[in-house]
Amino acid sequence: MADLTLRINGSERKVSVPSETPLLWVLRDTLELTGTKFGCGAGLCGACTVHVEGNAIRSCATPVSQVAGKSITTIEGLSANGLHVLQQAWIAEEVPQCGYCQTGQIMSAAALLAKTPNPTDDQITQAMNGNLCRCGTYERIRKAIHRAAGNAAASGGAR
Amino acid sequence: MSPISRRELLTGGVAVGAGLVIGFYLPHGNGSHKDSFSPNAYLRITPDNKVTIVVARSEMGQGVRTALPMILAEELEADWKQIEIEQAGASTLYGDQTTGGSASVRTTWDPMRKAGAAAREMLLSAAALTWNVPRSACTAENGRIKHAASNRSLSFGELVGKASTLPIPTDVTLKQSKDYKIVGQRLARVDSPAKVKGEATFGIDLRLPGMKYAVLSRSPVIGGKVTSFDDKDSKKVSGVSYVGKISDSAVAVVADTVWGAMEGRRTLNVTWDEGPNKDLNTAAVMASLKQSASKKGVNLFAAGEPAKVSGRHISAEYQLPFMAHAPMEPGNCTAQCESSKCELWAPTQVPQDCRDSVAPAIGLDPDQVKVNVTLMGGGFGRRLEHDYAVEAALVSKAINAPVKVIWTREDDMRFSTYRPASLHQLSATLDNSGFPAALRHRIIAPSISGQKGQPVPNGVDPDLPDEAGPVYGIPNYSIEYVMTETPVPLGWMRSVYALQAAFALESFIDELAIAAGKDPVQYRLHLLAKDQDLPYFTTTWKTSRMKGVLQLAAEKAGWDKPLAAGRYRGVACFGSFSSYMAEVIEISMEGGQTESAQPRVHRVVAAVDCGQVVNPSILEQQIQGGIVYGLANALRAKITIEKGRVVQGNFDDYAPLRMDETPTVEVYAVPSQEAPTGIGEPSVPPVAPALCNAIYAATKKRIRALPILS
Repeated sequence: MADLTLRINGSERKVSVPSETPLLWVLRDTLELTGTKFGCGAGLCGACTVHVEGNAIRSCATPVSQVAGKSITTIEGLSANGLHVLQQAWIAEEVPQCGYCQTGQIMSAAALLAKTPNPTDDQITQAMNGNLCRCGTYERIRKAIHRAAGNAAASGGAR
Repeated sequence: MSPISRRELLTGGVAVGAGLVIGFYLPHGNGSHKDSFSPNAYLRITPDNKVTIVVARSEMGQGVRTALPMILAEELEADWKQIEIEQAGASTLYGDQTTGGSASVRTTWDPMRKAGAAAREMLLSAAALTWNVPRSACTAENGRIKHAASNRSLSFGELVGKASTLPIPTDVTLKQSKDYKIVGQRLARVDSPAKVKGEATFGIDLRLPGMKYAVLSRSPVIGGKVTSFDDKDSKKVSGVSYVGKISDSAVAVVADTVWGAMEGRRTLNVTWDEGPNKDLNTAAVMASLKQSASKKGVNLFAAGEPAKVSGRHISAEYQLPFMAHAPMEPGNCTAQCESSKCELWAPTQVPQDCRDSVAPAIGLDPDQVKVNVTLMGGGFGRRLEHDYAVEAALVSKAINAPVKVIWTREDDMRFSTYRPASLHQLSATLDNSGFPAALRHRIIAPSISGQKGQPVPNGVDPDLPDEAGPVYGIPNYSIEYVMTETPVPLGWMRSVYALQAAFALESFIDELAIAAGKDPVQYRLHLLAKDQDLPYFTTTWKTSRMKGVLQLAAEKAGWDKPLAAGRYRGVACFGSFSSYMAEVIEISMEGGQTESAQPRVHRVVAAVDCGQVVNPSILEQQIQGGIVYGLANALRAKITIEKGRVVQGNFDDYAPLRMDETPTVEVYAVPSQEAPTGIGEPSVPPVAPALCNAIYAATKKRIRALPILS
C-alpha cells in the first residue's frame, strides 16, 4: 500500500492504495468520481480519459503512483458548473446517445482545444481517434468541437 | 425465461400498426387523491404542477426517456418544460417491458397517447365543473385548461383535486397529426446534460453502502466446468475478502475495489474440465452450416413456384461470421440479497426477465426479487441476457452483502452471446429482359430462441418474421429457413437476422442487375414498379413504400450524376422492424487497383420510411449510429473460435469504427402519418450490401463473405 496525495480538480486528496492501481479505479472506487468510465482497461477506447498537467491521458493504463503530486482534472472538474464551452456544444449538437463514452470524448476534446483553439477537421480526427463510441456519434462530436471552437473564439477562448 | 416472449411483444406492435382496435385499458396509477392525480400508471400530476411521466422501457441511448414522454405529453397538451421523467423498474403494470426489436415507440404509441388523452379529458371536465361552464367551451393548451369566453385559465396542478374525483373515461379522441405540437419536433433529449457533466448514473456507477466488487473467472472453453481452484495467491491481494465457486462454471473473486478483484482473479489458479467443445473451431461451425444446407427447411415466404420457372439461371452463396455486440459499458449488475428477498440494480433491456432469471437461481419467487433499471452504456441486444445479474445475485447471496459484479472488456468479448454465423444460398431465374422471374433465398443458420429453449413454432425462429421479409414483388419467390444447431452461445444483436438476410439478398440483387447489364437502382425500381402488398407473417410489406425510400436515397445521393474520379457507389434497400430503408454508399479504394486495396467510405445517404417521426433529432441519431455500427460489422466484426475458446478479447482485435473511418451520413425521412415503426435497427442491414456493391463497382470483385477486411 502507498499513501499518496493526489491533486484532483483543484483539491488535495489523500489515498492509501496499492501503488500500481490504475488511476481510473482510484478515481472511481476510492474517490467516487464516477464520471470517468471503464471501457477496455487497455488504453484502447478512451472512455477513461482525464487530464494530467493539461494532457489527455488514459487513466485505466496509468498507475496512480505516476501521477501523485501532479495536477489531475476529471470531467467533474472541467468547469465549475458543468457548463464548459464543450459541454454546452455537446448539448446543443445533441451528441450523446447512450452517453457512456462522452465524458472521455469531452476530456479529449478539451485537451485539444486548450492547445489548438480552432482545430481543422484533420486535427480533430487526430485528437479524437483514440476515443471509441459504439453509438456512432462521431459526426456530431466533430460538429460540437467546431461549434465550441467558434463560441470560444467569440467569447475570448476556451476556459 | 420470461413467459412473455420477445415475439409476443413484436406481434403486439404489428397488430397496432395494422389498425386493429385494442381495448381501451390502462393500468391504474398509484391512486388518485387530492394530492396527486394519477389516472394511469404512466402519469402523475401533483398540485405543485409537476407532471411526471413514467418510462417503462430502458434507456440505452436510443432516446426512449425523451421520445415516449413526448407522445404522452402531446395528447395531454402539457407544457414540455414542466415534464419530469421517472424510470419504471420491473413491474406488472406495463405489460412486456422488453426494450428490443426497435419496438419501444411502435408498441407504446397507442398506450402513451391514450394515457395522455384520458388525463387531458379529465382535466377539461374538472375545469368545466370548477367554472360551471360547458366542457366544450374549454380547451387544453400548454399545461393549462382555458376558458376563452371568460379569459380564465387554470394550471394542470390547480385541477388535481377536482380531476382526481372524476371517473376515468373509457374512450377518448386522439389528436390528428396536423395538430401535433410536440411529436415531430426536434426537442432536446432530457438525458444529455447529466451525460455531458459525468453525473449520469450508469449501472457500473451505482454504489450501495458497504458494497463489494466481484469479478469472475469463467471457463475459457465454451461449456467447460470448474474442477478445482487454488486461491492462495488471490487471497494475498490487498482487499480481497472472498474467493468461491458460485456455479458449475465460475469462481468469484470479491474485493473492496474493482482493481483488487481483478488482481485477485489474475492470481487465481482454476483447473477446468474443458468438456465437449474443447476442439471446437470456427471452420467446423461453417462446415456444419454447409452440411445442413442439404436439408429441407421451412418456407417463410412462398409466391408462385420458383422451381418451375425456366430461363437463365444464376446462383451464389454468402456467409457471415459470429459477431459481438461490445457495448461501451461492460456487463455489470449490483445485487443485495437477503434470505427472503433480493434487490437488483441492473442495466437491463428486460427487467421482468431479469427478475425471472435471478429468482430461481437463488431459490426465491419472482415477487421476492426487485429489479431497478439503471441507465445503460449501450445495449445492442447484449442486455437482453441476464447472466451478469444471476452472477451478482449468486455472489451477494454467497457473501451476504451487497456486491457489484463487473465484467472486463475481455469478459464481454469472450463470454458474450453472439450474432449467429449463417450461410445463404441465393438463386434466380431471369426472364428475357434480365429480371428475376423466380428468386429463392435459403437461410441456413442456428436459431437464437431455439438454443435458449424458447419456442420455435413450426421450425421458424421467432425473429425471422420481423427480419427476413420479402422486399420485391417477384412472381415466383421463396424464402426458406433451415434451422441448425451450434454450441456457440447465441444472442440477439442489433438488427438480428436482418443483417444476414439483407447482406445476402441485396448483394445478390446487385449481381443480377450486373448480369442483366442494368443500373442497380433502376433494376430495383423495376422490381418495385407495381404497387403490391407482400404479406409476411403479421407485417404486410408494401412495394410502394420501399420504392419511396429508394427513390429518395437515389435522388439525394445524386445517383444520376457522375461521380468524381476515383469515387464509386453502391446501393441497397431493405425492410425490417416494419420500417423501410435505402442507403447509397460512396467510397474510394485506398491502395488503388492493388490486391490489398481497402475501401474508404466517404458518404452515406440514407432514406427511411418509419411512419410518423416522433423526434427527428433522435431519428437522425439512430440512423447515423446504426450505419456506423453496420460499417464496423461489415468491415471487421468477426468472432472466431479456436480450441473451444473465443479468440478476440478487446478493441484491438475486435475493432469498432473510429472517427477517421466515419463517413458523413445524411438522413432523409419520407413524410408520413402512418403509425411509427422501428428506427433503432433498420439502418443496420443495408450497410454491408451497399458497401460491398460499391466495392464491386470499384474493383469488379464480389464479396460474398463478411467481414470485408478478413
